[in-house]
Amino acid sequence: MAAFLEVRGLLASYGRTEVLHGIDFHVNAGGIATILGANGAGKSTTLRAVTGLIRCHGAITLEGVSLVGMAPERIVRLGVAHVVEGRGTFVNLTVEENLRLGAYTRKDHAAIGADFERVFSYFPRLKERRRQTAGTLSGGEQQMLAVARGLMLRPRLLLLDEPSFGLAPLVVDEIFHIVRQVNEQEKVAVLLVEQNARSALELAGEAYLMETGRMVMSGPPSVFQQDDSVRRSYLGY
Amino acid sequence: MDTFLQQVLTGLATGGVYASVALALVMIYQATSFVNFAQGEMAMFSTYIAWSLMDAGAPYWVAFIVTLLVSFGGGIVLERVLIRPMEDAPVLAVVIVTLGLLVIFNSVAGWIFSYVIKSFPSPFPSSPIEIEGFVFGMHGLGVVAVTLLLLAILYAFFRFTTLGLAMRAATQNPVSSRLVGIRVGWMRALGWGLASLLGAVAGMLVAPIVFLEPNMMGGILIYAFAAATLGGLTSPGGAVLGGFLVGVIENLAATYIPFIGTNLKLTVALVVIIGVLLIKPSGLFGHPEVRRV
Repeated sequence: MAAFLEVRGLLASYGRTEVLHGIDFHVNAGGIATILGANGAGKSTTLRAVTGLIRCHGAITLEGVSLVGMAPERIVRLGVAHVVEGRGTFVNLTVEENLRLGAYTRKDHAAIGADFERVFSYFPRLKERRRQTAGTLSGGEQQMLAVARGLMLRPRLLLLDEPSFGLAPLVVDEIFHIVRQVNEQEKVAVLLVEQNARSALELAGEAYLMETGRMVMSGPPSVFQQDDSVRRSYLGY
Repeated sequence: MDTFLQQVLTGLATGGVYASVALALVMIYQATSFVNFAQGEMAMFSTYIAWSLMDAGAPYWVAFIVTLLVSFGGGIVLERVLIRPMEDAPVLAVVIVTLGLLVIFNSVAGWIFSYVIKSFPSPFPSSPIEIEGFVFGMHGLGVVAVTLLLLAILYAFFRFTTLGLAMRAATQNPVSSRLVGIRVGWMRALGWGLASLLGAVAGMLVAPIVFLEPNMMGGILIYAFAAATLGGLTSPGGAVLGGFLVGVIENLAATYIPFIGTNLKLTVALVVIIGVLLIKPSGLFGHPEVRRV
């Protein structure tokens, strides 16, 4: 039985430098998978390959549809929302305009209004600041805005690139808690790329470890949490 | 005092012309984040198209509307054919291309239509009106009115429509825009089309005053740059206000500062540009880039 998102033998290069040397992973329908690794491991590159921001070779299928060679604008319309590293907020637009853009490809206008309320119920702080310029929000709020914008698409698959980056631990917990809620209530599959291994392993059902463009370990989170070398290198104890 | 007020009003009328060209400049800047130096020459070329249509017997408004449509389409074609292949090129390279376009449009217009000055009709009545002892040319008033109307339409478009929002987003953050499904390339093309359309309107408003010839937009473009710089390249309202201000400043300077007269009028515009860039580079109303440190 093929998984929701199936990736096999993914190769990607920046110019002449190959950075992904043929990686395999999958995300189950309604599941949360996480890819861990240090800086430069190729995690962000992997997400960029999935959403078509960079050219790549190999097999990437979403419910059987091949994504390789497809433009990002088309992949988005298949229900894939990508929250990039560094948030990718439209800093000169308001919170509300950012959210409206998340729903840009949708035609069901009546439902979009209801989705604003739904998203605000997940992130009440955004509702308070709805007319504020996005660039004036704090780091944590901008991260929430980025995730909220992704949710406005009503995605089937949500890609999160290092959502914990630069945020205080309490804020990270808050955001991860909301991601879990969204996954459970909306049945959105999540592919989470993280350097913060501890939080990611508590959230995910399936984990992978990348080192310099190769997949070196995979399995349920417990395997990672019990492995000595992983604990020392990535979990800090 | 009467002279002062009259000069201010005349300055506002000429300022309206600068404002409408400045609006086209800001439009392209908003959609593509660089400046199109060929804006003036494209406007001039559009005006020649209108002239040709009228010369062939078409009534003014038919020529006006057809010219707008042709200019809109032409702007889009230009962007797709010339600018799109330069997506990843450095900004300077694209600027050089627009400078090249400037020269090409100017020469081609002269070649096709000759350098003989032609007259161009105004859609407004020619008899001036007098209110409280001040004389208003109807054309000047018409220019101001049309510019303000265009500004209002543009403002509404960018602020309240999804397409306008998508265009703003596409300029600010192309990657994030693609990831919400916006076709960034077409947004840029649309920006060029709209700017061309605005330029055509500006050209057809200017030609009755300065007469139609290939070099008619040269000086006006510089004033328009002064206006856009003064008002802020990211602010359509600022550009329009800048246009009126530049028109008034230019007129008052020529009237009240003896050595400026008509010869150094253009210098006033250049001084405005330099002054603004030194003191407040983003202009009166432009917003400086928001970047978290």
